[in-house]
Amino acid sequence: MAEVLVVAEASAAAGVKKVTLEMLTAARTIGSPSVVVFGDEPFADKLGEHGAERVYLAGAADIDDFLVAPKATVLADLIRRVRPAAVLLASTQEGKEIAGRLAVKLDSGLLTDAVAVAPDGTATQAVFAGQVIVTARVRRGVPLITLRPNSLTPSPAPATPVVEPLAVAVTDADRLARVTERVVERKGARPELTEASIVVSGGRGVGSADSFALVEELADLLGGAVGASRAAVDSGFYPHQFQVGQTGKTVSPQLYVALGISGAIQHRAGMQTSKTIVAVNKDPEAPIFELADFGVVGDLFKVVPQAADEIRKRA
Amino acid sequence: MNIVVLVKQVPDSGGDRRLTADGTTDRSGGNVLNEMDEYAVEEALRLQAAHGGTVTLLTMGPETAVEALRKALAMGPDAAVHVIDDALPGSCAVATSKVLAAALRTLDADLVIAGAESTDGRVQVMPHMLAERLGIAALTGARKVTVDGSALTIERQTDGGYEVVTAATPAVVSVWDTINDPRYPSFKGIMAAKKKPVRRLSLADLGIAPGEVGVAGASSEVLAHDRRPARSAGATVADEGAGGVRLVEYLTAEKFV
Ligand SMILES: Cc1cc2nc3c(=O)[nH]c(=O)nc-3n(C[C@H](O)[C@H](O)[C@H](O)COP(=O)(O)OP(=O)(O)OC[C@H]3O[C@@H](n4cnc5c(N)ncnc54)[C@H](O)[C@@H]3O)c2cc1C
Ligand SMILES: Nc1ncnc2c1ncn2[C@@H]1O[C@H](COP(=O)(O)O)[C@@H](O)[C@H]1O
Repeated sequence: MAEVLVVAEASAAAGVKKVTLEMLTAARTIGSPSVVVFGDEPFADKLGEHGAERVYLAGAADIDDFLVAPKATVLADLIRRVRPAAVLLASTQEGKEIAGRLAVKLDSGLLTDAVAVAPDGTATQAVFAGQVIVTARVRRGVPLITLRPNSLTPSPAPATPVVEPLAVAVTDADRLARVTERVVERKGARPELTEASIVVSGGRGVGSADSFALVEELADLLGGAVGASRAAVDSGFYPHQFQVGQTGKTVSPQLYVALGISGAIQHRAGMQTSKTIVAVNKDPEAPIFELADFGVVGDLFKVVPQAADEIRKRA
Repeated sequence: MNIVVLVKQVPDSGGDRRLTADGTTDRSGGNVLNEMDEYAVEEALRLQAAHGGTVTLLTMGPETAVEALRKALAMGPDAAVHVIDDALPGSCAVATSKVLAAALRTLDADLVIAGAESTDGRVQVMPHMLAERLGIAALTGARKVTVDGSALTIERQTDGGYEVVTAATPAVVSVWDTINDPRYPSFKGIMAAKKKPVRRLSLADLGIAPGEVGVAGASSEVLAHDRRPARSAGATVADEGAGGVRLVEYLTAEKFV
C-alpha cells in the first residue's frame, strides 16, 4: 500500500493535537500512514494508537527558530524520496503555509480546507463560508491536502510505528525569517478554539471586557473554548486570536453557543458548519436565530447566570 | 524604500457567492477590494510617510480588477500594475504565484506587503509561495511592522500570544486587520486616483506561456460543486424567567451537559 504522509500538529507543551489523529484516520483510507513530527519527541504510542506505521522524527534546533521555510524543505526532501500517495496537513495558518511552499517546490496541486478525503485522494472542501461544497482533485504532482480541524471523528487502529530520525538539511534560504522572541500572553486550561468540541462565543451584546467573565464561566462549565465576534474584539472586550468569522478563525464544533451575537454573514462564515447552534439574544429578529437549533430570546445577563447555576445543580 | 502592495478583487462576502459551471469563482456579481488588502495598503503608506520611497500596487485579475486598483489608489499609492491576460481566468494558487512572482521581479521592491488572506479563497498561501519563488523572507500575519534601514521586524499573533520575527529586506510581509485602521479616501484622493498610472502587463510581457496558467494549467480541478442547503431555524423560547433553565434542558437532552 502506498505511503501517505501526515504532518503532525504536536509539541512538547500541547502533546499530539486532535487534528493529527483526524488526519491519521483520513490517511488510513488512502494508504499506509506515516507521520512527520518536528521536535525531539516521537509520540510513537499516541500516533500508533491511531494507525501510524512509521514516524519520521525531524528534530533540530534550527527548525524552530525560523518560520515554516525549514519545515517545507525537510518535507520536500522526504516527499521526493518516499513519493507518498498524498500529504495531509492541518488547515491551520502554519499547515497552509507549509503546504503553499511545498506546492511551489514540488509543482504540486494544493487543496485547502478539506472536510473529507476519499480513498482516491479527492477532497471535499467547504468554500465561501460553507455555503458551497466542492469536490476537487489534484491534477499534478503529489496531492497536498489541508484538513480542517473537527471535520471527522478520530478512530483508533492500533499499530506499532517504526521511528525513523530524519536527516535535516536546512539551507540558508530557509533561515531568512528568524523568530527572536516568543511571548505567551495567555495560557489556560481551555481547549484550543479550532479544536474544541464546544465553543461559547460572546458578541457586542456582552457589553464589556469584564462581562466576558460570564462567557468564560459558561465555557468552563461546558468544557469548551471561548470565542468572540469581531464587534466584541474591535470593542476591546476580548483578544483578536479568539475572533470567529471571516477574518478570524473557522470553527466547526459539536456545539456553538452564541451570546449577544447578531449573526452577521461574516460571523456565520466562521461557525455555520457547527453541528448544533444555540443562541441567546434579546432581539427576536436577530439573524442568528435563523440558523440556531435552539434559541432563547432574552437578556443574556439573566439567562446565562441562570443557565450556569442550573448546570452546577445538575453536575 | 520601494514598496509593492498586493491587492486582489474578490466577490463581496456579504453577497451570494457562487462557483460557475466549470468550478471557478463567479466574478460576475458584486466585487470588492479584498478587505485585508486595505490594511496592507495603509501599512505601506505609513512606512512610506516615515521612510520615503514609492508605493506601487500589483494585482492579477480580470478587467474589473481595475476598480479595486482605483479604490486602493484613492488611499494614496503612487501607481499600479495590473497583470491581465485572456489565459489567466481559473488560475490555481500555484499559477497565480508564478505570475505575481514574475511581475515582482520587474518591480524591484524592497518590501512586498500582502493581506494575510483573501476572503474568497482564504488560503493564506500567497506570501509564502512568492517568498519561495523569489528566494526572499516571508513574515506572515503581522500585527505590527517596523523598518530600520534594511532590518525588518514584525510582531505576529499566535494562538497563545505573539512572536517577534526579523529579516533583512527584500521580504514579503502579510498583515492582519489588527495592524492599523485604514484611512478613508478623501474626495481629492478619489479624483487623483483616476489619473494615476495603471500599467498593464500580459503573460507575454512576463515570459509565461498561456498553458502554464488558467484552467488549462491548473494544478487542481473541481469535479463537482453544490450549494449546501441553508440551515433551518429550530425552536426559540422567550425568556419569561426560566430561559436559562430551558437552555440547560435543551443542552442536557442533546447530551452536552
Ligand atoms: C469584510 C468583513 C469581515 C468581517 N469579519 C468578521 C469576522 O471574522 N467575525 C465577525 O464576528 N464579524 C466580522 N465582520 C463584522 C460583522 O459584519 C458584524 O459587524 C459583527 O459580526 C457583529 O458582531 P456582533 O454580532 O457581536 O454585534 P452586533 O451586530 O452589534 O450584535 C449584537 C447583538 O447582541 C444583542 N444583545 C445586546 N445586548 C444584549 C443582551 N443584554 N442580551 C442578549 N442579547 C443582547 C443584540 O440584540 C444584537 O443582536 C466582518 C465584516 C466585514 C465587512
Ligand atoms: N490575484 C492576486 N493579485 C494580487 N494579489 C493577490 C492575488 N491573490 C492573492 N493576493 C495577495 O495575497 C494575499 C493572500 O491571499 P490568499 O493566499 O489567496 O489567501 C491577498 O490578501 C493579496 O494581498
